[in-house]
Amino acid sequence: MNPETPTTDGLQFTPSPVWPDWFRSAQQDAWNEYLATPAPTRKDETWRYANIKALDLSAFRNAPPIASEGKLINASTGLEAIAAKLVFGNNALVHSQTDGLPAGVVVQPLDVAARENEALFRQYFLSQPVELGSHKYALLHKALLSGGVLVHVPANVEVALPIELYHWVEGANSSVFPHTLIVLGDNAKVTVVDHFKSADGAPAFACGINDFHLGRGAKLDYVAIQDWSADTLAFHINSTVCDRDSSSTALVANLGGRHIRGESFSKLAGEGSRSVMLSINPLDGERQVDQRTLQDHAAPNATSDLLYRNSLDDKSQAIFSGLIRVEPGSKQTDAYQKVENLVLSEDAVAHSMPGLQILNDDVRCTHGATSGGISQDELFYMQARGIRPDLGRRLVVAGFFHSLLERLDNETLRARVAALVNERLGVKVAD
Amino acid sequence: MRGLHQEFLIYLLMSLVIKNLTANIGDQQILKGVNLEVPKGEVHAIMGKNGSGKSTLAKIMAGHPDYTVTGGEVLMDGENLFDMEEPDERARAGLFLAFQYPMEIPGVTIANFIRAAVQARLPEGEELEATDYYANLYAKMDALKIPRAFTSRSVNEGFSGGEKKRCEILQMAMLEPKYAVLDETDSGLDIDALKIVSDGVNALRSPDRGFLVITHYQRLLNYIVPDKVHVMVDGRIVMTGDKDLALELEARGYDWVTEGELATA
Ligand SMILES: Nc1ncnc2c1ncn2[C@@H]1O[C@H](COP(=O)(O)OP(=O)(O)O)[C@@H](O)[C@H]1O
Ligand SMILES: [Mg+2]
Repeated sequence: MNPETPTTDGLQFTPSPVWPDWFRSAQQDAWNEYLATPAPTRKDETWRYANIKALDLSAFRNAPPIASEGKLINASTGLEAIAAKLVFGNNALVHSQTDGLPAGVVVQPLDVAARENEALFRQYFLSQPVELGSHKYALLHKALLSGGVLVHVPANVEVALPIELYHWVEGANSSVFPHTLIVLGDNAKVTVVDHFKSADGAPAFACGINDFHLGRGAKLDYVAIQDWSADTLAFHINSTVCDRDSSSTALVANLGGRHIRGESFSKLAGEGSRSVMLSINPLDGERQVDQRTLQDHAAPNATSDLLYRNSLDDKSQAIFSGLIRVEPGSKQTDAYQKVENLVLSEDAVAHSMPGLQILNDDVRCTHGATSGGISQDELFYMQARGIRPDLGRRLVVAGFFHSLLERLDNETLRARVAALVNERLGVKVAD
Repeated sequence: MRGLHQEFLIYLLMSLVIKNLTANIGDQQILKGVNLEVPKGEVHAIMGKNGSGKSTLAKIMAGHPDYTVTGGEVLMDGENLFDMEEPDERARAGLFLAFQYPMEIPGVTIANFIRAAVQARLPEGEELEATDYYANLYAKMDALKIPRAFTSRSVNEGFSGGEKKRCEILQMAMLEPKYAVLDETDSGLDIDALKIVSDGVNALRSPDRGFLVITHYQRLLNYIVPDKVHVMVDGRIVMTGDKDLALELEARGYDWVTEGELATA
């Protein structure tokens, strides 16, 4: 092998003993394929405008076991009332609390799932192709995966309280591979919150994948609160497959990280299904968020609704590239896609590339991107009340995100995310 | 001499004085020498046709960045407003403007917005007490018949014209300014809302507070009875009278004011 290929980075293939043999050999294959797959370049359609240099993995290493287990478990507190909580530190499960789950609901680490729920695991784990550019990193994820969670809610079961999952990274240049696999039986309902957090401000690498599978009439509310350290490179690759009449609402709040590559793929596989794709990205400093999305309408009467909002301060950058694909048989499709950039600095850059590919004429479809600054009149109005301009601006930015959060049904969760956004923006509010 | 001087000082320290104010937007002169004095405790009305410069005067006092002051000054209790660069400084010094067209601020709730404004007036390091704040807010909302649920609505977003105006008065009541300029607060109000808003304003009348009420209808002045009425024409105050002047303007229109008439004291 050519010693100069960038794929021979500091990460080593050391299959984790937690897995059954069959999966370990699949990991070996994935590793080989990872090494053989060329790194992306800006010439690739899915990497237009991307900062390829930011993807250099050479400094990162396999994460050691965490040192501050107790501290991280104590810090893993979000919502007050939950059905279950799992805490991972550097890929290893360090805490599991599942006593609030209804009978039959499974929330377990993936290695346990690979043994105890092998059929389910084989059917759904990484079952969707990664088409939005990061297939190489999906292979890396598979090869080095040792943590991750399966959430399985059987048919007709409703989990009333949210399930919270914490994924911590600790130590300089540690690498983590979070995975959240959610499988919902027909008419099952659940709310899942992923927290991605750094135990320290150290540089780190995260390469996470989410797979969501919604059975007929199932309902998923999902929130990812990405709060990696300001010096973290992260990939977050999502796929959501919605069967007939199911409904998924997923919000990704990118509060942390240095360079975030997000890929989100929603497949409206069944008639009457619905997928709401939301993201909020308060960006400042030199932070970059690069998001690619696909709303794939493979069935009639389905709805997809994407709304991404970025605020861009300092020298931050946001890339958005989205596609709505409506397949020939997908009559009466409703598909919406909108990205809105609130530009706060002349040095910030936003590239927004909304797109459509519609293969029948019975669709209602809108897509678009807007960019603008804070309105002078809005700011004047606030100042005329005595509010200092710096706080006025931050209130407007917070409001820009809060109004998107109104899309979340769960009020407690909405308030929690709103509070984190305020904290991120340095806005104090009424309680 | 000495007594006169002192009297003048007291007067200066107890009023809002607009002296020879001229202002442009771009190259266009809008205010052409406005002179006006509102002593504390009084309510003065400015009436005038659309386009005569009333809102311009209000926004210039509040510090809107679109306008350029080319001459004159505005003294609030002796303090020159134009020495305060930013609109928020003027507001904290005690000036309040109820907007003709209040802005919508998506995602910022009424409760948080007013709270930020009240908090801005506290000394550094002092935190507004949430319970007191809400008690105060709710009492004032009740008085203005604004449903309490409005606290969690975004500022002015989706409000009717009347709701917007009531919220302006709510903000004024919460911020307790020294001088309040109300720009067309009656527009968009039906008669019930007009009464509620007027009651809200009248409740705030006090020897420590002056009002400048801008309108082009006399109707409002039946409810908020002014001490003086000024007529603005083409960027100047051309006539001043008592409350009956409003009735005369209502009956005769504005044109007779300019036909050979000069400002009277
Ligand atoms: N932003 C602006 N740009 C250009 N002209 C303006 C602007 N605002 C006000 N004007 C002009 O200034 C004059 C006075 O307007 P305004 O103060 O709004 O009057 P009023 O409030 O008495 O109706 C009008 O001729 C109006 O067209
Ligand atoms: Mg006006």
